[in-house]
Amino acid sequence: MAQSKKKRFYIRTAILAVLTIAIVFTIYSNVTKEKNAVLRVGDKAPDFALVDLEGNEHRLSDYKGEGVFLNFWGTWCKPCATEMPAMDNQYHVYKDQGVQTLAINIGESQLKVNSFKNSHGLTFPIAIDQNKSVMQSYNIAPLPTTFLINPEGRIEKIIKGEMTEQDIADFMEQIKPS
Amino acid sequence: MDKIVCTCGNVNPAGTLLCESCGRPLNKETADKKLVDMRYEGSARRSQTYNKTIIDKVWNFFSSVKVGVWLIVLILVAASIGTILPQVFYVPATTEEDIAAYYERIYGTFGTLYYKLGLSDLYSSWWFQGLIGMLGISLIIASLDRVIPLYKSLKKQKTKRHFSFLKRQRIYGIGNIENGEESISKAEEKLKTMRYNVKREGNALLAERGRFSRWGPYINHLGLILFLFGVMLRALPGFYVDETMWLREGETLYIPKTDGYFLESKEFIYETYSKEESEEVFGDAIDRVGTIAKNYQTNVVLHKGPEGAVAGHLEDLTFEKEAAIQVNKPLKFDNFSVFQMDFRLDELASMTFQLQDKETAESFGEFTINLADPKPVYELSDDAKVEILDYYADFTGFEDGVPQSQSPLPNNPAFLVKMYTPEFPKGETSFVMIKETLEPLGENQHKLAFQSVETRDVSGLTVRKDLTLPILMLGGLIFMIGVAQGSYWNHRRIWIQQLEDGQVVVAAHTNKNWLSIKRDMDAVSEVANLPKYEDQQDEDSKAEKEEGV
Repeated sequence: MAQSKKKRFYIRTAILAVLTIAIVFTIYSNVTKEKNAVLRVGDKAPDFALVDLEGNEHRLSDYKGEGVFLNFWGTWCKPCATEMPAMDNQYHVYKDQGVQTLAINIGESQLKVNSFKNSHGLTFPIAIDQNKSVMQSYNIAPLPTTFLINPEGRIEKIIKGEMTEQDIADFMEQIKPS
Repeated sequence: MDKIVCTCGNVNPAGTLLCESCGRPLNKETADKKLVDMRYEGSARRSQTYNKTIIDKVWNFFSSVKVGVWLIVLILVAASIGTILPQVFYVPATTEEDIAAYYERIYGTFGTLYYKLGLSDLYSSWWFQGLIGMLGISLIIASLDRVIPLYKSLKKQKTKRHFSFLKRQRIYGIGNIENGEESISKAEEKLKTMRYNVKREGNALLAERGRFSRWGPYINHLGLILFLFGVMLRALPGFYVDETMWLREGETLYIPKTDGYFLESKEFIYETYSKEESEEVFGDAIDRVGTIAKNYQTNVVLHKGPEGAVAGHLEDLTFEKEAAIQVNKPLKFDNFSVFQMDFRLDELASMTFQLQDKETAESFGEFTINLADPKPVYELSDDAKVEILDYYADFTGFEDGVPQSQSPLPNNPAFLVKMYTPEFPKGETSFVMIKETLEPLGENQHKLAFQSVETRDVSGLTVRKDLTLPILMLGGLIFMIGVAQGSYWNHRRIWIQQLEDGQVVVAAHTNKNWLSIKRDMDAVSEVANLPKYEDQQDEDSKAEKEEGV
C-alpha cells in the first residue's frame, strides 16, 4: 500500500513537472520573442563579412581573441549621430587594447555614409550592410543597437538606444581581453 | 485508504462505487439510489479518492471537469475581449509610443485603457498563454484520471452481474418464464445476428456492442493535446517563421530567417479591371468606387548565397529560380513560402536634372541621380560637372542650419551640390529640393533645372514557414475521429440472467440513443420469451408528474 502511494506520488509529480516546464518554456519564449527574437546574451555572435568604406574586409571570426564593439546605425537616426563622436574617442583609447570598433550602416548609399563620416570626423571602420543580411541575422529593430562581443565570440550584452561616453568606455572595458 | 473487497470476492480500488466484477453497489449512498450512475461504470476516479499531498491537490484541481469548463469559459471570454479592438499586430506603428498614440487617437480613452491593460497584445500575453497551458494540463490529467479506471472496469466486467446491479439499470424487467434457459439461448442466437458481442456463463448472458465509442472523448482529447503541442512547437526556433519584407524593384535583399536566400524584385504589377472587359461583373462596382483590383504581382528572382557563406556578401549568388508571386500564389522553396501581401506604388527612384544658365537657359547637359545610390560626381562635359556634397533622402528642414533627414526613404529628396562650369571653375553651391532651390553662399548664375523623375514600386512580402502544420492537421484529424467515434456509435449492453429462484431478469444500458436499444430488446423479445422490460427513468418521471398534480 505505501509502495503504491509512493509510486502514485512520483508519477503525478513527474507528469505535472513535465507539463509545467513545457508551458513555462513556451510562455517564456513567446513573451521574449518580439524583444530580441533569436539572439540572446551568451549566444555565439553570427559571423559576417563586410567591406568598410576604405575597402578593408572585416570578418567577425577574424577578431577572435579580441573584443568587438558592434554598432548598428543610420544617418537619419539622431541618437546614432549623438553617440558616434564619443564612440570615436573611445575607439582610439581601446583599439590598441584589443577592442575592435565596427559600425554597420543599414543599407544607405555610399555617398551619404561618406559625407556623414566626414562631417562628424569619424575614424573607426564603417561598413554598409547593402542587402540587410547582417541586420537580419542580428535581428536589429530599433537604431542604434550595439552588441558587445567578447574575445570568445559570444554576445556579452545587447544595448538598445543611445549610450553616453562613460557607458561606451565601460562597455569596451568589459570586453577587453584579459 | 483501503481497497474495498466486495461480497463476490473482487478487490476494488478505494473509491469504487460499483464492484468492477459483479456490479454490487459498494456504499450506502449508491445502494439507496433506485438507478445507478453508469457514467464511469462506478469506477474509482482516483482524483476523488486521494487528497493528501500538495501534488494530489494540484492533480485533483486539474482533474475536475468543473475546473476544465471554467477554464474554457475564461479563455472564451478573454479571446473575445481581444477582438474588440485590433491587436498591435495590425496597427500601423512600430514603437511603443506610436502604438499608444494610435490607440488614443483612433479609439479615445477606451483605446488608451485597452492598450494600458495589455489587451492590445492579449494573445501573446503570459496570462492568456497560461490559461491555454492550464487547459492543456486539465485535458491531459482529466483524461488520464478517467480513461484508465474506465478501461480497467470495462475489461474486468463479469458476464454474471449481481441482482442489485441489474435492478438499478434504467431498462429493467423481471418475471417468471417457462424454459428460461432455452429463452436465453434463443436470445443469444438473435443477439449474435444483430452483431452483438455475446458472452454466456451458465444461465447468465452479456451482449455488448460498440464499446469503442466509450473511447471517443479521450481520442478527441488526444487530438486536442496534439494540436496544442503543435502550437507550442512554434515557440521553438526553426519551426515557425512569420516575417515581412519590403522589396523595391531592382533591389536584392536577404530573405529573413532563411539559410542564405536572397530575393530580387524585377517588377511589381498592379492591374485593375477595365470597364470594357468586365462590364457585366464589375460594371456597377467600377462606377461606384472607381477601380477594382485584378492582380497584385511581384516578379522575382530567387538567389542563393554560396554554401557556408556568412552574412554580408552580395557576390557569388547563384540563380535558383524565377517566379511570379501573386496573391495566394506564393513563391515556395525549402519549406518557406513568400506571399504577396502589400505594396506601395511610385516611390521615387531617380531624378533627372539639367545644368543650365539661369538667364539664357543654356544647357550644359543632363544627368540622372539614382536615389538609392547617388554618385559623388556627374561629369557633363570636359569643363562642366556637378558634385553631390550631401544627400538628404527624407528632407524635413534645417536645424541650426543643418539639413535634416528623418528616414532613409526618398520621400522628399534634397541635395547639396556644387556646379562647375567654364565661368565658375571653383564651383557654385546650391541646395536643391523638389520645386525649390536655395543658394546658401550667395546668388548663383547657374541652376539645376528639374527635368523628370522615375519611380519604382515596392512590394510588401510575407515570409512564412510552418513545420507545425502537419502536426496541427493530424491533431485535427484525430479530434474528428474521436468526435465521430463518440457520436455515431454507442455502447449498448444487454444482460439476461436466470436467478436462483427461477425468475428471469433483463436489463440494458446504453450511453446514448435509448430508443435504439429498446428496439433491439423488442427484436430479441420477438424470438425469445423474455419478461417485459420497463424504462425506469420514464416511470420515475411519470410518477413525479402524478405527484406534482
